Amino acid sequence: MLLRVHSIETLGALDGPGIRTVVFLQGCPLRCGYCHNPDTWSYEAGKMMTEDELFRRILRMKPYFKDSGGVTFSGGEPLRQAPALLSLMHRLKKEEIHMAIDTSGAVWSQAVDEVIHLADLILLDIKHTNADAFFQLTGGQLKQVLEFLDVLKRDAIPYWIRQVTIPGITDSEAQIEQLGKITASDSRERIELLPFHKMGMTKWEKLGISCPLADVAPMSAAVTEQLQIYLSNI
Amino acid sequence: MAWNGFVKGNWCESIDVQNFIAVNRTPYVGDQSFLEASTARTDRLMAYFNALKKEEAKRGGVLDIDTERVSSLLSYPKGVMAGYDEIIFGLQTDQPLKRGVNPFGGIRMARQACEAYGYQLSDTVEEHFKYKTTHNEGVFRVYSDEIKAMRKAGVITGLPDAYGRGRVIGDYRRIALYGVDYLIEQKRIDKKRIADGPMLQHTIQLSEELYKQIDFLKKLKAMAAEYGHDIGKPAVDTVEAVQWTYYGYLAGIKEQNGAAMSLGRVSTFIDIYAERDMAEGRYDEKAIQEIIDDFVIKLRMARQLRTPDYNELFAGDPLWVTEAIGGMGLDGKTLVTKTSFRFLHTLTNLGPAPEPNMTVLWSNDLPEGFKKYCAELSILTDAIQYENDDLMRPLYGDDYGIACCVSAMKIGKDMQFFGARSNLPKTFSIALNGGYDTMTAMQIGPAMQVMDDEVLDFDKVWARLDSYLEWLCDKYVNTMNIIHFMHDKYAYEKTQMALHDTEVHRYMAFGIAGLSVLTDSLSAIKYASVKPIKNAQGYITDYEVTGDFPKYGNDLDEVDSIAVALTDSFIEKLKKHETYRQAEHTVSILTITSNVVYGIKTDNTPDGRRKGMPFAPGANPMHGRDKNGALASLNSVAKLSFDSCRDGISCTFSITPHTLGTVIDTQSENLVNIMDGYFGQQAHHLNVNVLNREKLVDAMENPDKYPNLTIRVSGYAVNFNQLSRRQQEEVIQRTYHEQL
Repeated sequence: MLLRVHSIETLGALDGPGIRTVVFLQGCPLRCGYCHNPDTWSYEAGKMMTEDELFRRILRMKPYFKDSGGVTFSGGEPLRQAPALLSLMHRLKKEEIHMAIDTSGAVWSQAVDEVIHLADLILLDIKHTNADAFFQLTGGQLKQVLEFLDVLKRDAIPYWIRQVTIPGITDSEAQIEQLGKITASDSRERIELLPFHKMGMTKWEKLGISCPLADVAPMSAAVTEQLQIYLSNI
Repeated sequence: MAWNGFVKGNWCESIDVQNFIAVNRTPYVGDQSFLEASTARTDRLMAYFNALKKEEAKRGGVLDIDTERVSSLLSYPKGVMAGYDEIIFGLQTDQPLKRGVNPFGGIRMARQACEAYGYQLSDTVEEHFKYKTTHNEGVFRVYSDEIKAMRKAGVITGLPDAYGRGRVIGDYRRIALYGVDYLIEQKRIDKKRIADGPMLQHTIQLSEELYKQIDFLKKLKAMAAEYGHDIGKPAVDTVEAVQWTYYGYLAGIKEQNGAAMSLGRVSTFIDIYAERDMAEGRYDEKAIQEIIDDFVIKLRMARQLRTPDYNELFAGDPLWVTEAIGGMGLDGKTLVTKTSFRFLHTLTNLGPAPEPNMTVLWSNDLPEGFKKYCAELSILTDAIQYENDDLMRPLYGDDYGIACCVSAMKIGKDMQFFGARSNLPKTFSIALNGGYDTMTAMQIGPAMQVMDDEVLDFDKVWARLDSYLEWLCDKYVNTMNIIHFMHDKYAYEKTQMALHDTEVHRYMAFGIAGLSVLTDSLSAIKYASVKPIKNAQGYITDYEVTGDFPKYGNDLDEVDSIAVALTDSFIEKLKKHETYRQAEHTVSILTITSNVVYGIKTDNTPDGRRKGMPFAPGANPMHGRDKNGALASLNSVAKLSFDSCRDGISCTFSITPHTLGTVIDTQSENLVNIMDGYFGQQAHHLNVNVLNREKLVDAMENPDKYPNLTIRVSGYAVNFNQLSRRQQEEVIQRTYHEQL
């Protein structure tokens, strides 16, 4: 099986526990206005890699994983390539490699269902908790994400909830409170807010597309931290 | 009396410091919570030292020079820092930070160094050296025209032929454990034993050396006596153990101005005294830390007088006061003790600094508390380097030290003949051009036709390169033999060798610069299409590359194997040539800051590097070519075989704090895992920098804001402000592993 890969980052420490090899898979159905990797959107770009090659590359990083790290499939939307991913994950499972999926939860299929049950951890990025605002921000449907979340809750699949805090869009206490409430369950291990930054803006310019959030200021880390505390107390 | 309370062993019968440590140390497996802050006395002394350093920087990097005397053990009146209640005594000259002149390596260097800072070497010294042959003069009496040309063109550079070779580590602990009188007695016995055998060239040489060793042990004793200490006898407590050890080191740097003057491996040795004295109630934790702090201040004050040219090669006034810390014992228990922590803790108590060159011997089996503490300090100070104890211990036992940056040697049993490094990318250009160097327009190597293929063929290029590497290795060994014959003859390390066994094992340490440049160049020829471009005279000076090719630093075997093959072939070629005193050939992949100078001397290369641009340091992949993140990059370096590069494989790793995690606790855990993972693959060395590029850019513009900004470069740490602008820019250009 072939996978379309944008890039591989062998030293990730932010997307899952411990040291992560982050495989950025190419292609995404959403068009988030704040995306810092718009170059991962297209289904045609990137580089085709065989399952074997990816398997071998990930295995080379095993010495660094110790008892906490592993591989994180990110994107793009990794679940768009669920069938090929599934086959790779079965092999990684045999090697006892911890696997995380960094997803928007916006796609569903039989293969997706299998992938998330095989994974050790799901990093679910909920862009917004209001359906209209979600659509406006991403071009996708919140309903699909909530159904995805329900499966995680129902089957007690460990997950982290993440959201990018954007000034004037997701930074209201009401929105954040809603995020805390709808995502709560015993298998939620962590919930974290990530401040909106503009370091991906040059990529938009390079691709010749205009960024709808180009005029929005970056989110203050200090304010985000306060909101995180607010969230933890819900 | 001095040995009361110590467990007896072989060390009581003959000189055997390893055994003393093995049977007496107290392994410590806890965390850093026992450590004490600096005392008011230490802070006051440190403030004075900082003021002196500021003045030194203001005066162009040299505070003062004694131009009247020649530096040696008894040249200067005793130096003290009056009014500061020193605990550990002894300065290199009569005043702190005042530099002595050491013309034994070469009088011209000494003269130029004085002039560079507005001083003039006195007539007395000039007159004296009129009647004395220096090491430098000896070497140039014998160098062939060909060697001179190779040296001038920069095929081999940084050779210790005009300054002390350094890289010799005296076992300074012997003074504390046995006292100098016993050491003299043992040397006399050795001398007599040799005299009883046949007197031939090598035994006569050794016998004369023993005479000099004994003579300097006496001088060492006299030097200490000026401070009121009788080091003829063993040290009786912790202060004396540190003081006696330091006198040995001090004598070494008064006598020799070698590039790298390592301290060795003293912290766990000192810990044995500290444990005993604390148990007997003589000192508490605060007092012990104060002794270590004072000792480290003294080590930070070590200086040598250098020329501006020298500073280009080894920037930042380094001395490589390398202290090897930690590691595991052959008995399976750790060699980490509380004093291992106390040594590292000086980075907190006295602030970050490049010296002493803190070198942690990393083992998978090190206590977790120690691993985590080291990682935390690395994140906070960028002042520590790590070397693989699991790789070295089987070869060097558990009492080896690190000479300079990465060269392992058994303390008091091994020494090395330092040989700087050869420029491989330049050798490649010379090979393609049939022995002609386009940078100096000189025929340097054996004459052959310029390679005339329209598109370079890998096998043909490899064969051509191979024959020129044979030539290089042949001449390189000859050059080293000459240098070290002359150094032994005219600038022998009398004090330091007196603190070795009489029969030592010798290494001859060769070096490689530009490994990643040459590897990628060969990869381009193998996997892409490379057309040579010739100048008007018909020599190849540039290349047209079509297509992509795999680059070293991405964990790709198809290119990493080229780097491995190059290093394997280099040592094999060197070993074909006989060495002076039957020294064992070794190779290092280490550049210090000379990767900048080597780049300046090298034409365009097929990897896309332009003429004059710097190489990557040490064994690092070229800047910006490692596209798969830090660990893929480390995996490439880990493939190089330590068997082929026994003198060390240096890798410098720079990462932003955020990439390691969001809080220091996670960051240090992740850093520990990175090191376990890297060293677990038989990798040898890692410099760790955890910092933001923006900070360095800011420091370049506003040096006053960052007086203590320390960073690790190839094999050592340096104060960022002491680098030249060009070197600073090169450091900033390097790959910073970063995840947004």
